[in-house]
Amino acid sequence: MLAIKTRNLSKRFKDLLAVDDVNLEVEKGECFGLLGPNGAGKTSLIRMITAVSPPTGGDVEVMGKDLKAHSRQAKAILGVVPQLDNLDPDLTVLQNLTTFARYFNITKDEARQRSMEVLSLFELENKINSQIKELSGGMKRRLLIARGLINTPKILILDEPTIGLDPQGKYLVWHKLTELRSQRVTQLLCTQNMEEAAALCDRVAIMHQGRILSIGPPRSLISSYVGDKVWEIELNHREREETVKNLESHGLDFEELGDTIHVFHVATDERPAGLENFAGRVRERPATLEDVFLRLTGRSLAE
Amino acid sequence: MKPFSWRCIRVWQRNRDVFFRLWRAEAPGFVVEPILILLAMGWGLGAYIGLVDGQEYIEFIAPGIIASYAMFSASFECTYGSFTRMEYQKTYDAILATPLSVEDITVGEIFWGATRAFMTGTVILAIAAAFQLVLSPWAMLIPLLALLEGVMFASIALLFTSIVPSIYSFNYYFTLFITPMFFFSGVFFPLSSFPEIVQNLSWIAPLTPVVHLSRALVGGEFHSNLLLALAILIALTALFFSISLVTMRRRLTV
Repeated sequence: MLAIKTRNLSKRFKDLLAVDDVNLEVEKGECFGLLGPNGAGKTSLIRMITAVSPPTGGDVEVMGKDLKAHSRQAKAILGVVPQLDNLDPDLTVLQNLTTFARYFNITKDEARQRSMEVLSLFELENKINSQIKELSGGMKRRLLIARGLINTPKILILDEPTIGLDPQGKYLVWHKLTELRSQRVTQLLCTQNMEEAAALCDRVAIMHQGRILSIGPPRSLISSYVGDKVWEIELNHREREETVKNLESHGLDFEELGDTIHVFHVATDERPAGLENFAGRVRERPATLEDVFLRLTGRSLAE
Repeated sequence: MKPFSWRCIRVWQRNRDVFFRLWRAEAPGFVVEPILILLAMGWGLGAYIGLVDGQEYIEFIAPGIIASYAMFSASFECTYGSFTRMEYQKTYDAILATPLSVEDITVGEIFWGATRAFMTGTVILAIAAAFQLVLSPWAMLIPLLALLEGVMFASIALLFTSIVPSIYSFNYYFTLFITPMFFFSGVFFPLSSFPEIVQNLSWIAPLTPVVHLSRALVGGEFHSNLLLALAILIALTALFFSISLVTMRRRLTV
């Protein structure tokens, strides 16, 4: 059974078609990444899947049930970690969790126990009586994720979960998300961090201007869109024209990004033909999801 | 209009918990201020005022003060309070990710605003009783009246909150709606002082029927206009409660 299924889902705000006919299937137990530049429609899509925002067209199923008719049941099994901090500043850290548990109708004792569990999971035990404003940005973010787990969700929906975290915090969160995946908690992870997507996700979808451009496991997206390796050539603009011509004449697949030319789909370990004269300014590196992202969503700023 | 559920109690509980953490900051506005008004107007100004039936002026204004401050409590809670939760703290956004609906949040907020009116009304009633201004055992019903009045004013306030662009818009609400009612709904002088046309107009103000009912309960004197007052109060409450459910849904679902 699918955890989440959207059928021809779209969302229109006045003149803007934020989500355009999206068909998405998230398998139970997988970590599914949703990637896209700012304004791609990721957050609008997530708001519809979490029953906060009504679709303009199409429908959503959560655990096989139509979301429109069963939004309460769906929301009871979802854990949502929003991009923006909406912790309750009028309450302490512990009260934030117990109050949130109460929205899920969790009993007082269980709420307290569950709160302590998620606090220790994200190393916040010694902050239980702190005010929200006393927490650092990283602690707030960890508390937001902890809060998303308070109802032991079957599906966890995370919007940029590690934004603003230091490396230690980021690895802590990645580690916990990996653990949750091994417990078969389905995850829908919205991120702009390609390293994060590659590290955590079984499959990713790349979204641009409201549409899904491509879906697949990170590795296979990389090999089909850019190959396993990327050659980078640093150029000054005098050499540019000639080099571009040269690459074109050799039938190479390349793109320009600032002063650097990226050459994709180079089959051999040899330096690609046409680049013989750039010793010291040519290097080879493994292809990443970021290369795929940039190829699919374009070089220029999306907004 | 969509129905609300028992889960609205969760929003009420959240607001209650916050209130009892922070109530000391709120007490002066809703306890000290009405006492000052009661003393300054009742004893100070009252010394120069002779009422037709020989009643003390402070006795005359006490029921109106109870009704007015109950109104203020519900109104502040569901304007500045609710707007802050909605726009600045994003509390509603967080709650909407749980099994609660927009309607549960709306009704939880209204009932909490009404609870504030209930508490304020009860406290001022007790103070008035301490000053021996309460003449009838019917005054026991004042907290109930304050609660119903609270539902009405919380609904009107939340309706306004659901349509305003910014927190500064509440200046209009208080200057043009709440404050005029405080002065022209029969709290400080009988409406009969006005020309007939103003007397009739003042019945449009939602506070007017509440002041009539409050004065009757505190003084123990009943007349036929009270049934009309009660009918108006109930009708306005039902009307604004329903509209606020619709406008809050419109505001919160984008």
